[in-house]
Amino acid sequence: MKFDLKKFLADRSVPIMFIIICSVCIPLSGFSTGYLLNEIVTRIVRNTFLILSLLIPIMAGMGLNFGMTLGAMAGEIALIFTSDWQIWGIPGVVLAMILSIPISILLGTLCGTLLNKSKGREMITSYIISFFINGIYQLVVLYMMGPIIPIIHEAIKLPRGYGIRNTVSLLNLRQSIDNLISINVFGVKIPVLSFVIIILLCLFIVWFTKTKLGQDMRAVGQNMEVARAAGINVERTRVLSIVMSTVLAGFGMILYLQNMGNIATYSSHSQIGMFCIAALLVGGASVDKASIGNVFLGVILFHLMFIVAPKAGTVITGDSMIGEYFRVFISYGVITLALVMYEAKKHKKKKMAEGSDDEK
Amino acid sequence: MSENVLEMKNIQKSYYGTTVLHDINLSLKEGEIVGLVGENGAGKSTLMNILFGDEVISSTGGYEGEIKMFGKTVHIGSSSDALRLGIGMVHQEFSLIPGFTATENILFNREPIKTNFVSNVFGDRLDTLDRKKMREVAKSAIDKVGVKIDDDMLVSVMPVGHKQFTEIAREISKDNLKVLILDEPTAVLTEKEASTMLESIKSLASKGIAIVFISHRLNEILDICNRVVVIRDGYVVKDSDIDKITVEEITKQMIGREVDTKARKTRSNQSNDIIMSIKNLYVDMPGENVKNLSLDVRDGEILGIGGLAGQGKLGIPNGIMGLYDAEGEVIYKNEKININDPMSSLSRDIAFVSEDRRGVGLLLDESLEWNISFLTMQVKNKFLKNLFGKLISFRDNSEIKNVTDNYIDALNIKCTSSKQKAKELSGGNQQKVCLAKAFAMNPKFLFVSEPTRGIDVGAKALVLDALKDYNEKHGTTVVMISSEIEELRQICDRIAIVSDGKIAGIYDASESVEKFGALMIGANAA
Repeated sequence: MKFDLKKFLADRSVPIMFIIICSVCIPLSGFSTGYLLNEIVTRIVRNTFLILSLLIPIMAGMGLNFGMTLGAMAGEIALIFTSDWQIWGIPGVVLAMILSIPISILLGTLCGTLLNKSKGREMITSYIISFFINGIYQLVVLYMMGPIIPIIHEAIKLPRGYGIRNTVSLLNLRQSIDNLISINVFGVKIPVLSFVIIILLCLFIVWFTKTKLGQDMRAVGQNMEVARAAGINVERTRVLSIVMSTVLAGFGMILYLQNMGNIATYSSHSQIGMFCIAALLVGGASVDKASIGNVFLGVILFHLMFIVAPKAGTVITGDSMIGEYFRVFISYGVITLALVMYEAKKHKKKKMAEGSDDEK
Repeated sequence: MSENVLEMKNIQKSYYGTTVLHDINLSLKEGEIVGLVGENGAGKSTLMNILFGDEVISSTGGYEGEIKMFGKTVHIGSSSDALRLGIGMVHQEFSLIPGFTATENILFNREPIKTNFVSNVFGDRLDTLDRKKMREVAKSAIDKVGVKIDDDMLVSVMPVGHKQFTEIAREISKDNLKVLILDEPTAVLTEKEASTMLESIKSLASKGIAIVFISHRLNEILDICNRVVVIRDGYVVKDSDIDKITVEEITKQMIGREVDTKARKTRSNQSNDIIMSIKNLYVDMPGENVKNLSLDVRDGEILGIGGLAGQGKLGIPNGIMGLYDAEGEVIYKNEKININDPMSSLSRDIAFVSEDRRGVGLLLDESLEWNISFLTMQVKNKFLKNLFGKLISFRDNSEIKNVTDNYIDALNIKCTSSKQKAKELSGGNQQKVCLAKAFAMNPKFLFVSEPTRGIDVGAKALVLDALKDYNEKHGTTVVMISSEIEELRQICDRIAIVSDGKIAGIYDASESVEKFGALMIGANAA
């Protein structure tokens, strides 16, 4: 019994650590419950879709995958177009989603194909690919938009006449989905439609695991060789998982930006991958196993810390920068810790597997 | 008689210029069981890989010759080709998905599916799995195999035997199965499981499936096969009906010399001094737990430890050598060993040849020289040239090469040179390298765990002889753990049987096999 408890706690050490951090910081920060709840709801709406897009590559054994960053870029490009064409509100969001699909598929296929050449090193490879594609993204957005790709409105162009401004306002689109159906419960604004979308995605993922393709992905994730011997096209299955992830991430990014109300053209996507992965890990996921529950727990804990830590830092040290510093530092720390713990656990498991049956 | 289901004609295969198969002819009739035997490295696996379209073959230039099924020439370029033609294979190393249940594995990539709205638009891969039907099919396949496997159990938590049966169930659930290749299906099974396995193989054949049965256990071959094909060095050296051949004849064909299988005579000059005394040992090795075991090992003897799989015999050396968590007291030459620290026993000249030769025993990607010398270098600072009074040490490569070459000769390790990588050797030769690695340490005490598992008769005899010689020449105490009581009787002085994590009894090796058998299955020695 004692052993089980220890294992239970060890398996969940990351979330537990965050619960402790949050429970110390919340009283220190002095925020009211109402304020915190409102903030948390906003963050859930903003981020959950993006984080959910990470689940499918994990299922296919491709680890915590920065391929989603590419989807985020696709979403941004789509939004730049729709805002240039002045299509606002829900039609704008829907059109942007549709536009993002081909770009996401293209980038996802590229990323998936490259990752097939670096099996077992997907996380770091996808991270570097995201930098590489960021370069191409900048080329397109900074130089090609204007002279080659027609951009009508001066408002979103840089003063020099081509390229996109650092910030593209989405004021006319801002929270159009969140506000369409929203109810107020004890002073907490609940954007019903956004939640419905997120729940639909969750249901989709659950349903997807029951499909043939979902089953194939799980198999490929666990043992590529066996899957190949059974006649599954391993490479294609892996590419599909990345494409699904980038497409979903594209949608997620559009929902994220409609909530924020503006696009930071050159930086919105750059840290989104890191923060989504950190949130998922905080929720108790690992490199090869993540559930929808991990996503929600992660979003809540990670962003709760994001909200309270700067304020708590200010209260303790009198300097708000300290808190800001802490939250970035902690999110990298979490990723490192979770990765190290995962490797250690995997090693132990492997040793146990070798002991129990004499396969190799 | 019925026509040939499968015919392989003039099959040739070379890897990088070395021909490993010369002009092989093999045919199979409906419902026939053909035993395929040969030493490791003789070419059995290559032949079967060709038949199953393994990637290894196509990526190294394919094969030459002709394969016919039902009289029609077919080309097998990939596993999918083989599956489509109705060729199934049960691998020696399990090809199961660990996180899937038995059902999911049995129907892997052949799952019954239901179409739905989405799949109509986006294609078949988005069909949902028909779990209910999957379970039905899996259950009926498991029934046919004749072993009770929980169809809902994850493969990762199954006992080894059940994994093997799950693989067979997977193959026989295929409707189009014509030819089934079984690569050592009984190697990991207990005797009882093995006999169930043989029964179900026979019943499969009676349903018209042609079976290629590979095994090192020749008795099994004689028991169930209609015909036996012996391969040696890439040639078919014998193709005979089973009733016209004997075990001795098969063995002779395989290796070209007689193998002695008599029990060892009791040695008169045995010392009665206790060199190692194990008291109340507990080892937490999954699947091989040791529970409160006590055992005394005499100086200079060869002590065998036998017992059924999963009873804990493997846990003993792994625990004492610090590879798995252990508790208890081990006294070696009146000194207590810290059993959770491998260095504690290694530094006292206790060596261990692990049963897991690919995992623990060898550096697969390194040369033989490295493999044989690194432990000695690490533990005893040998093979080093010291400069500036041990301030800087260099590897003494020429010395390493000498020693390695000596062992290659002494143990007859088949390799291209001492620089060859360990992973390129066959199983039996890898085992010899593991032994050489242990011998290089000049151990005073040697644990050898399953030294002959998965290696052929010829290599087996060599390995056992090497152990016996080493013991006699150097007076090294040897504790050998093995599942095969016959081979323990060949070289050991005494044999202890482990049952349920404890010593069930110890007899001299000259005792009858029945007595040991009784201990194994838990019947009291009284």
